[in-house]
Amino acid sequence: MSTREEILGRVRQAIGDTPRPTAEVPRGYRGVGEGLDRSAVLARFVERVEDYRATVTRCRAAEVAEVLAAAVTGRSVVVPPGLPWPVPGSVDDTGQSAAELDAIDAVVSAAALGIAETGTVVLDHGPGQGRRALTLVPDLHVCVLGAAQVVAGVPQAVARLDPASPQTWISGPSATSDIELDRVEGVHGPRTLHVVLVDDL
Amino acid sequence: MTGTFVGMPVFPKAAREAVGDSQLRRNLAHATGTIRAKRAAVVGEVEEWEELRLAGAAIKENVLLHLDEHLVRLEESLTKAGATVHWASDAEEACRIVGDIAAAHDATEVVKVKSMATQEIGLNEALAARGIDAWETDLAELIVQLGDDLSSHILVPAIHRNRAEIREIFASAMGEVGRPAPDDLTDEPARLAEAARLHLREKFLRAKVGVSGANFAVAETGSLVVVESEGNGRMCLTLPEVLVSVVGIEKILPTWDDLDVFLQLLPRSATGERMNPYTSVWSGVTPDDGPQEVHVVLLDNGRTRALADEVGRQALRCIRCSACLNVCPVYERTGGHAYGSVYPGPIGAILNPLLKGVGHDDQTDSLPYASTLCGACFEACPVRIDIPSVLVELRSQVVDAHRGGVPKPEAVAMKAAGATLASGRRLGLAERLAGTGIRLARRVGARPWTQARDLPDPPAESFRAWWRRTGGDER
Repeated sequence: MSTREEILGRVRQAIGDTPRPTAEVPRGYRGVGEGLDRSAVLARFVERVEDYRATVTRCRAAEVAEVLAAAVTGRSVVVPPGLPWPVPGSVDDTGQSAAELDAIDAVVSAAALGIAETGTVVLDHGPGQGRRALTLVPDLHVCVLGAAQVVAGVPQAVARLDPASPQTWISGPSATSDIELDRVEGVHGPRTLHVVLVDDL
Repeated sequence: MTGTFVGMPVFPKAAREAVGDSQLRRNLAHATGTIRAKRAAVVGEVEEWEELRLAGAAIKENVLLHLDEHLVRLEESLTKAGATVHWASDAEEACRIVGDIAAAHDATEVVKVKSMATQEIGLNEALAARGIDAWETDLAELIVQLGDDLSSHILVPAIHRNRAEIREIFASAMGEVGRPAPDDLTDEPARLAEAARLHLREKFLRAKVGVSGANFAVAETGSLVVVESEGNGRMCLTLPEVLVSVVGIEKILPTWDDLDVFLQLLPRSATGERMNPYTSVWSGVTPDDGPQEVHVVLLDNGRTRALADEVGRQALRCIRCSACLNVCPVYERTGGHAYGSVYPGPIGAILNPLLKGVGHDDQTDSLPYASTLCGACFEACPVRIDIPSVLVELRSQVVDAHRGGVPKPEAVAMKAAGATLASGRRLGLAERLAGTGIRLARRVGARPWTQARDLPDPPAESFRAWWRRTGGDER
């Protein structure tokens, strides 16, 4: 008998012949936060992202290029294919190795959505967001997000995301609390996270 | 290399040694106090918290009662997404599978995401025996590994170490296994984290094989989810060519949408944050992005034994947040090592006996007694595991497993008490002797009982004697 059959057999034996009722799962939590007006959702998003000691810049669509240029000034920077904004002096993602990415200071990407309640940006690594390594290895991550992409809470985010694509949920810069439970920003992931929130996008 | 929990003493003995270590008690009191306050603050801001707990418990309960169906579905979704699924009955089989995969790629090292399942099966030691180095990349796991130490907390394995001790470990041990710590290393947490970043980066960049666990495995979509803080998880899950994830069979969630409960419950219960810095989700292989060879090892290792226990089964709902450790008055004083397992604290006190079975070794059998039954763990548990009830059930199982043979002093005492209380004559006699008995017990008899408890002063006169003396009989 294969291990698979053995384990499945043990599971069935453990559950036994007892009836297997399916418990009702309360889902009232899904409605929470839906009544908030847009400006309150956006204000909460900004407050909570900043609470992780990330930087937030709010701007208009026409100003994005300028904001990005200032954010990466003096640094080497890589951009994923499909990024809708120009970044001066940037190199394209040409499949650089991890070691090559390690020599680049910054990355600029778009995002799939933002979550106000938790101050999270989610990448689904679609156009403008690049492969996962791209937004991981460089030490500064500048992430551009339209106001319309910000949802109130985690349930709204999960409902919108497609599990077929890989995802990275980012809440602030890399951090650790492993030393005496004191939070320290900056371990292996980007030590600086800069979120650009575009109000008319 | 990380030590293993082998030949550990029974809990009362280990606990006595631990509470005598004043440095350890200071470190623990500081750490658990900090995290309790953080958790309380972020849980307090979620109005629907109790409903989320009910939802979490119900989802997990449904998974357990239909586990066979969900496992088959998960296997199907994973395979469709390009992953190779393996099944492991026990620790040895799981370690062999991971070792074989690494060997097939001629790997002499793997980088690891913090994972309870791989610690439980002793993967690092098994790989070392085959000449493969397993590098722990979580900061706390790195501290434990470099210090040749044992983990003492599920979430913060080095919670028993303070910053000065960590500086010492980094300064003396990093150079032996890679890039040494900077000469001017101080005990500032930021400098220590920087040293870990520099030390591990070369390992991330060159590793061919990554090893992880998973916090959740979605049966419907084949998605695996890893939550973490430092980015070491993202490094291990993204940069290597080959990824092996060892996943306990109870980690399943039925549908993608069920994540909306657990991604709220877990971070707030664990690190006391609204959301952990990084959550990675992947389903099998993504062309041109991340590992192009993905393996998932579905691990039993005693889980089906726990599933068969109708009272204890609920322990398999556990999402390894460690909220129960941080609120436990016993854990706060003894620390994690006293539990002799990678799963310490209240959840460890039930999970270890459930996974291993009782009546085989005294260390495991001592764990259900490592509790005051105060119930703080149940209140903190995000999936409402009624730990006190399971503890009581396991205590009765331990007693049953030891029936026959020479009875324990407690059993003799209880039997004698039963006989005494059943007869007025015998009770009267016992009351007259009680004063002498207590005085005697103080000197000799019940040392193991009295060294942790106060014996009451014997009354000058028994109730019956008083009743007779004051003429109660004549009224």
